[in-house]
Amino acid sequence: MNSSKYIVFSLTVHECLFRGFRTLSQNVSSSKHTPSNAPETTVDHLIYTPEHFALKESIKKIIDQEINPHVDQWEAEGKFPAHRIFKILGNAGILGVNKPVEYGGLGLDFSYSVAVSEELGNIRCGGIPMAIGVQTDMATPALARFGSHELKTEFLLPSILGDKVACLGVSEVGAGSDVSSIMTKAVRQGDEYVINGGKMWTTNGTQADWMCLLANTSDGPPHRNKSLICLPMDLPGVHIARQIDKMGMRSSDTAEVFFDDVRVPSKNVIGKEGMGFTYQMLQFQEERLWAVANTLTTMDIVIQETIDYTRQRKIFKMPVLHHQTVHFRLAELQTEVELLRSLLHRATALFIKGNDVTKLASMAKLKAGRLARELGDSCLQYWGGMGFTNDVLVSRFYRDSRLISIGGGADEVMLGIICKYMDTLPK
Amino acid sequence: MSGRVLVGVKRVIDYAVKIRVKPDHSGVVTEGVKHSMNPFCEIAVEEAVKMKEKKLIKEVVAVSCGPQQVQETIRTALAMGADRGIHVEVSAKEYESLGPLQVSKILAALAKKEEAQLIILGKQAIDGDCNQTGQMTAALLDWPQGTFASEVTLEAGHVKVVREIDGGLETIKINTPAVLTADLRLNTPRYATLPNIMKAKKKKIANVKPADLGVELASKLQVLRVDEPPQREAGVKVESVDDLVGKLKEAGRI
Repeated sequence: MNSSKYIVFSLTVHECLFRGFRTLSQNVSSSKHTPSNAPETTVDHLIYTPEHFALKESIKKIIDQEINPHVDQWEAEGKFPAHRIFKILGNAGILGVNKPVEYGGLGLDFSYSVAVSEELGNIRCGGIPMAIGVQTDMATPALARFGSHELKTEFLLPSILGDKVACLGVSEVGAGSDVSSIMTKAVRQGDEYVINGGKMWTTNGTQADWMCLLANTSDGPPHRNKSLICLPMDLPGVHIARQIDKMGMRSSDTAEVFFDDVRVPSKNVIGKEGMGFTYQMLQFQEERLWAVANTLTTMDIVIQETIDYTRQRKIFKMPVLHHQTVHFRLAELQTEVELLRSLLHRATALFIKGNDVTKLASMAKLKAGRLARELGDSCLQYWGGMGFTNDVLVSRFYRDSRLISIGGGADEVMLGIICKYMDTLPK
Repeated sequence: MSGRVLVGVKRVIDYAVKIRVKPDHSGVVTEGVKHSMNPFCEIAVEEAVKMKEKKLIKEVVAVSCGPQQVQETIRTALAMGADRGIHVEVSAKEYESLGPLQVSKILAALAKKEEAQLIILGKQAIDGDCNQTGQMTAALLDWPQGTFASEVTLEAGHVKVVREIDGGLETIKINTPAVLTADLRLNTPRYATLPNIMKAKKKKIANVKPADLGVELASKLQVLRVDEPPQREAGVKVESVDDLVGKLKEAGRI
């Protein structure tokens, strides 16, 4: 007779801790599952060195420990704590990878920025990577390149360290894609500019310490009469009119801001007066490639989670995944993701060698927006009713990724740029 | 005392990866699979780096045995704050049969060569789950051991170790040089910051062959077969304690 008194547990304590019980009713943001269809190999990568991979590992740890456990809560609250998160990232050296060493950056090339962006795609929402991208690659590049030493010390250094939150003030209620028709004016009066007008779609707007503001500083031709100004957000006359209630990217606070006779010192102009539009345009390639990078990682995760879900979900006595239409469609989507990844890496490789990759970057951005929508839509369908709940990543991705075709350069703007390079626009 | 601490780090399949058994059942699939530093080794590195930051020791040396790829793991330790690394070169073929006994012999030889004051290892690796290397290394060196450490206090000539044991916590005082193995709650490992990752590029990793240390790699163990664990089956609900006891008897468990 078996007189053993002890029931044998088939799992060690450590398996419980490290392998976990991966059930699908778990919290959206607590999953640590790594997509097994995207193995990280350090050998033979086109643009990444072991240092890039080491950097990605560190970022992944920060995301797993400090960010993902709280995403569901921040999405519900409509805001993530930017100062806290940016300070953690700043301490790890992540906010200034390609910024000058003199101001706390690491002076590395853009391939490191792409690596950072790719890894941020592991965050289980789109809002937080977007907010970080504004801080690192939208509000600060022009300042880093053209700002005076005094200006860089006051605004760039603390932004790279994670002590100050930045936002970008370019789009307005009446001007999005048509940047040249913005109405915000900065009128010179002695040693100051007096600013009147307003900005829209300001990511980080309710938490920012300063804004990189694009305003009309003279009455010249619309591409040469604008300047970039470093604007402290606590100046009298700066009003955060409202936080916009958005369909997606809900953990990122987006503000509508008004300026009512705001006075800012004239030394706060970045570089030369009248060059603001040009400066902002110079960084479009980086902005767009950055956006593509984190979308790719999230798309990998959505595909993998869809595979996991449909493998265990049964319909007509077999897993949903076993139906050919499902696994074939996922294969099609994964193929497109890899194609886009190749385009991103190719454009990045050319860019860091000093080439102009405007055409390729615009193509990548265009494709990222459209593929994300297709992928979100197809995958959500395979989740069935569960896909329609707010408890799963796929529905959040469906909502968040819709913005990609609109913000940071709408699809139509991308198409116009590509046509310009193809010389097919009517003259 | 030399003020030098040797830390062993092992490159293992990342804990979050779903393990798959090879079709020929000779092992698990490692090709193209994400690898990282064994989590308990990370804790060991962190403890050593903290000792150095507190100026209790002077140098942290990270050691790993294996083929070329283990250099990545040594670099991670360097990025966390280790001063230099030692890569004990083992061919891919030999690595397949490399086990705790051979690694212990290597570590013991290195500890003597480097005049180490302490060896800190993870308590076990998450692939083999052997939990043997620390103990064997101490035995080979005839050094005291403080295993399953959840708290370590280094003092002149000895070290106080709080150990996690089945009944609770045990505090021991052992003389140095000694071998410690890190348990989960010893510390929370730091992540390597990008500036430290870039600085680590300049730190040195020395290459050593097991033969140079007088160690034979031949193993007396042979893996016969590797299988997946049986599929987790559905549970059964019972209405009362008597029911539970009855069912357990039926299943031959009591």
